[in-house]
Amino acid sequence: MKEPSIRRRILYDKLFKIIVVLITFCSILPMFFILFFITSKGISVISWRFLTQLPKPVGEIGGGILNAIIGTLMLVGIGMAFSVPVGILAGIFLSEGRKGKLASLTRLCVETLQGVPSIVIGIIAYIWLVVSMGSFSALSGGVALGLMMLPVIITATEQTLKLIPGSLKEASLALGVSYSRTILKVILPAGMSGIVTGILLSIARVAGETAPLLFTAFGSPFMNFNVLKPINSLPLMIFNYATSPYPEWHTLAWGASFILIILVLGLNLFTKIVTKRWKVQF
Amino acid sequence: MNHSGAEFLMLRSKTNTMRWRRPALSESSFRKILSIAGVFVLLLLVAIFFSLVIASFPSIRNFGVRFLFSSTWDPVKSEFGAFPFLLGTLATSFLALVISVVFSIPISIFLGEYSAQGSTATFIKSMIELLAGVPSVIYGFCGLFLLAPLVRMLEMKLGVAPYGVGIFTASLVLSIMIIPYSASIGREVISLVPSDLKEAALSLGATRFEVIRKVILPYAGSGIVAGILLSLGRALGETMAVTMVIGNSNFIPKGVFSPANTLASVIANEFTEATGSLYLASLIELGLVLFIVTTIINLIGKLIIRRMGVEG
Repeated sequence: MKEPSIRRRILYDKLFKIIVVLITFCSILPMFFILFFITSKGISVISWRFLTQLPKPVGEIGGGILNAIIGTLMLVGIGMAFSVPVGILAGIFLSEGRKGKLASLTRLCVETLQGVPSIVIGIIAYIWLVVSMGSFSALSGGVALGLMMLPVIITATEQTLKLIPGSLKEASLALGVSYSRTILKVILPAGMSGIVTGILLSIARVAGETAPLLFTAFGSPFMNFNVLKPINSLPLMIFNYATSPYPEWHTLAWGASFILIILVLGLNLFTKIVTKRWKVQF
Repeated sequence: MNHSGAEFLMLRSKTNTMRWRRPALSESSFRKILSIAGVFVLLLLVAIFFSLVIASFPSIRNFGVRFLFSSTWDPVKSEFGAFPFLLGTLATSFLALVISVVFSIPISIFLGEYSAQGSTATFIKSMIELLAGVPSVIYGFCGLFLLAPLVRMLEMKLGVAPYGVGIFTASLVLSIMIIPYSASIGREVISLVPSDLKEAALSLGATRFEVIRKVILPYAGSGIVAGILLSLGRALGETMAVTMVIGNSNFIPKGVFSPANTLASVIANEFTEATGSLYLASLIELGLVLFIVTTIINLIGKLIIRRMGVEG
């Protein structure tokens, strides 16, 4: 067997390293392109009126995204209203009953739920709420988002509570504190930072979601505070404007994209910084 | 026994009169609430599956297995077959996978082996992670207005019909979207390779490239594959970005540049316009197919990762 010469082996080694480094640096280019284009096209659209006005019909100059911003907040709020309590409780359940059969089955379900495509979540919210209530509504959109937040919150709660040393719990129980109070007043506060980070992450995950809202929240050009009526959201608005044939709507979509990307990436960055600082440590 | 019982009662009555506040919920009901929350999640998934099955039942009964293999999707004639969309989904996802692997494996090698710490690594890692945070509608928007014109120019050079949108464009957008998923898991499994293995190879005179090729990649291989599987699950279900750049054609695609539709994009496009229960049920059945396929792929990926001992 002929061995390749040492010079050739070193050459391969160097070549490989160069290729790896080159490809790695190439792969962060898309991120720069996206940020650059969204910023350059979007920032000129942003003005006080853009943020505080309602959309206008085609042909009229101007128009804003206020209803979409409010709608996004409302949808996320509705989603949180049910996914945060259920998520935290289920997370406690998983971290407490670590080895039980039910717990491992539930864990499997959480993982599966995490992987369900967002459009399927939309169909589910449609079947459960839109069909039974007879109309598209903010409520159904919020529930769809909540379903997507749930696995993130459960996993974050479970992972955080797992890190809390057993001695803390035992000390509390040894002092005669009841189990429920130990969990609620000792364990939960100790892991609060991790849970809050998980909630923030889940918001960042769903704030930019469009697919589950297409046939639940549906979108609306009006301001709406009624949870039983259709409502607009930023990603939905971007989708509708971007796929419309009107150039002035495209401009608005760039502006809305800029706001959305600032919101979502800002939330992501904030979470990351906070995770480092708040890290549960014992 | 009696004595201690009495003592206990006394103690309890004493504490009751003292500052002992009754807990808001009794112990057993607290445990019950926790279990209910766990069972709720379980039931949620079961309910999702059965809701999809029940809602798509008219279509399942009407078309049976033919639904998956028939290539006509004609709402006017009430003929529904999922084959063009299955083909579109598979084509875009696999093409995207191939493109993304070219990038994600070098990224995992770079971050896992060449430069595991330091500011460059942190910078690249956070840029890649941000890529996962960008909303898919923004990918679609950028794809439609920035990438599609470029693809159109390419198509004119190649002499194929210059749609600009189509399977190729969708795959490009998708590949960028899924890079973070396979790269982060790849990085993790590569950094888990025991250093004594690597050092043993190095001390025998192997170059770094040889260590990577003959020690690291074989050791981390199944984990890398799992990461790729998870990104495939993500690609199959991606909706908005694909819907905006795939061109929305309900016919069997003729080539990589031709417009098509995926399972997710046809649902996104036609769901609100669906008239008639059979039409709606057929769309929901597409959702059911998507749900089953992504779930299986995700579970296999997670299983492999758990075997490797990585916290996914």
